[in-house]
Amino acid sequence: MRMKGLKIVVLAKQVPDTRNVGKDAMKADGTVNRAALPAIFNPEDLNALEQALRLKDKYEGTEVTLLTMGPGRAAEIIREGLYRGADNGYLLSDRAFAGSDTLATSYALSCAIKQMGKVDVIIAGRQAIDGDTAQVGPQVAEKLGMPQITYAEEVVGVEKAKVTVKRRLENGVEVVEGALPMMITVNASAPECRPRNAKYVMKYKHARAVSEMQNVAEDYIALHNNRPYLHIGEWSVNDIETKEEELGLSGSPTKVKSIENVVFQAKEAKVLEPTDGDMDELMKELIANHTIG
Amino acid sequence: MNNVFVYCEIDEGKVADVSLELLTKGRKLADDLKCQLEAVVIGSNLKGVEKQIIPYGVDMVWIADDKRLYPFTTLPHTSIVVKLFQEQKPQIALMGATCIGRDLGPRVSSALHSGLTADCTSLEIGDHEDKKAKKSYKDLLYQIRPAFGGNIVATIVNPECRPQMATVREGVMKKQILSDAYKGKVKNLEVEQYVKPEDFVVSVIERHMEKSKVNIKNAGIIVSGGYGVGSKENFNLLYELADVIGAEVGASRAAVDAGYAEHERQIGQTGVTVRPKLYIACGISGQIQHTAGMEESSMVIAINTDPNAPINQVADYVITGDIATVVPKMIKYYKENTK
Repeated sequence: MRMKGLKIVVLAKQVPDTRNVGKDAMKADGTVNRAALPAIFNPEDLNALEQALRLKDKYEGTEVTLLTMGPGRAAEIIREGLYRGADNGYLLSDRAFAGSDTLATSYALSCAIKQMGKVDVIIAGRQAIDGDTAQVGPQVAEKLGMPQITYAEEVVGVEKAKVTVKRRLENGVEVVEGALPMMITVNASAPECRPRNAKYVMKYKHARAVSEMQNVAEDYIALHNNRPYLHIGEWSVNDIETKEEELGLSGSPTKVKSIENVVFQAKEAKVLEPTDGDMDELMKELIANHTIG
Repeated sequence: MNNVFVYCEIDEGKVADVSLELLTKGRKLADDLKCQLEAVVIGSNLKGVEKQIIPYGVDMVWIADDKRLYPFTTLPHTSIVVKLFQEQKPQIALMGATCIGRDLGPRVSSALHSGLTADCTSLEIGDHEDKKAKKSYKDLLYQIRPAFGGNIVATIVNPECRPQMATVREGVMKKQILSDAYKGKVKNLEVEQYVKPEDFVVSVIERHMEKSKVNIKNAGIIVSGGYGVGSKENFNLLYELADVIGAEVGASRAAVDAGYAEHERQIGQTGVTVRPKLYIACGISGQIQHTAGMEESSMVIAINTDPNAPINQVADYVITGDIATVVPKMIKYYKENTK
């Protein structure tokens, strides 16, 4: 029997590129200059998208929908996903979500997913590089009453409504299977995401979310009216069913008590030149005080 | 009631090191709070497991022993922990920031609507004032962790929700037995009353576990490389030096991300924490994300082309120069002086 396509939601986040913190990233007073950090598609979410696209390649009729929560400009990563082969995407954006910790974020995302009807598989990156918590995937799953498979390296396949997944753990691999629907979180050790496809870039380069359409020319609006696939879905808190007290700061059990910018305490270091003399001295010293040898 | 709980991970019948480290920390927190320390162990064939646990100062060990509970799968372990926590109402719950703890922790915290802070580097007890709500709280758990790529250190609290949950990586806390004669109680849980049949929807069909070949955690000397090493080839110089002086090779996150070294060599907040007698940092700029994992080294030598690299501020020796020049000279003069 031929399986009908899967409905897949990929959770993605636009993050500051904390891995490329250059000299301008710190202000003179030692605080983080967020504006100097480029915003990127969270790396492991790209690994997750690739797994979703592979399922789409494998099972005809599969639909891949991206979901992200963030400010208006986060629609950029939905376009990035469309360029690589996703079918559509939603931006969840509202001031009501501001100040969310992982639990309030997961709650909002789970409410948006409920809005999408029946979903077979949710795939997300294991964690985002700006927080490294790895909590949102499992918490969304719990909110939806869905089982979860974390640390996935490969979604092997789906058969008879069961998904088989290879997991990469600290000291080995595990192959597990479980009934759909399923939340899967994907590791960086999974294959990299395919590059943009020129055909999709042409098709979707004018795709925009509503909040990106405010200052565009009239002909742009006409273009969007003629080509509905250029609409990136955008949901505010009014478009999804939520309990207000579960959102944003009030829905967040964790509070930031204090933030300390990292300022190093200097200690007296012996400064050496990379000369033969200095290196000879250093080694003699380390051997004499039994640090090495 | 209102005690400190530690979820203990089991690996082939042995309680994981990270869990023993958390028990040691948990004992201290329980002393500060004048409450008891309790442990939860979930798995199969657990007879006698309490002997590994109670000496860390544990007052009560809860055991769920059933052949379906090993190897770990998310839902049954979640169900047991959630129901036990609903019954026992711990004020603090700690788990290892491992593949298991980071799978289980968020699930439990979501089910209980309690806050969870991942990868804490320090845990302390302290008070908190919410100026907006004009409320003050006594004896909260300060969950301290670097954030934002290690550029800031945040102290997180959970004022209202219980338990206050935190995960901590292996090696971050020290493990120390309190007393081999410590007296603790054991309670075996009726597993059937804690799990549902549908919790077993995910099954493990294959498992290949291997002991990690790299042992940087216990190495006395570590030669560690960062993004500044520049290439995988240059990293070979570090292996040469390590080979000659009897060291292990470590790496910063940037070096691992760049593909210069394997993930199991990563040192820092998202890697391993090390305390060697000598740490040679090659081409590592020294963000707190990294230094959090090595600052307790007895001696640090920093080799960097940038004389103002932050790593220099935790170093005992600073060598301003290029890896390709400095490292071969270190090898040469080590050999000459040990002849």
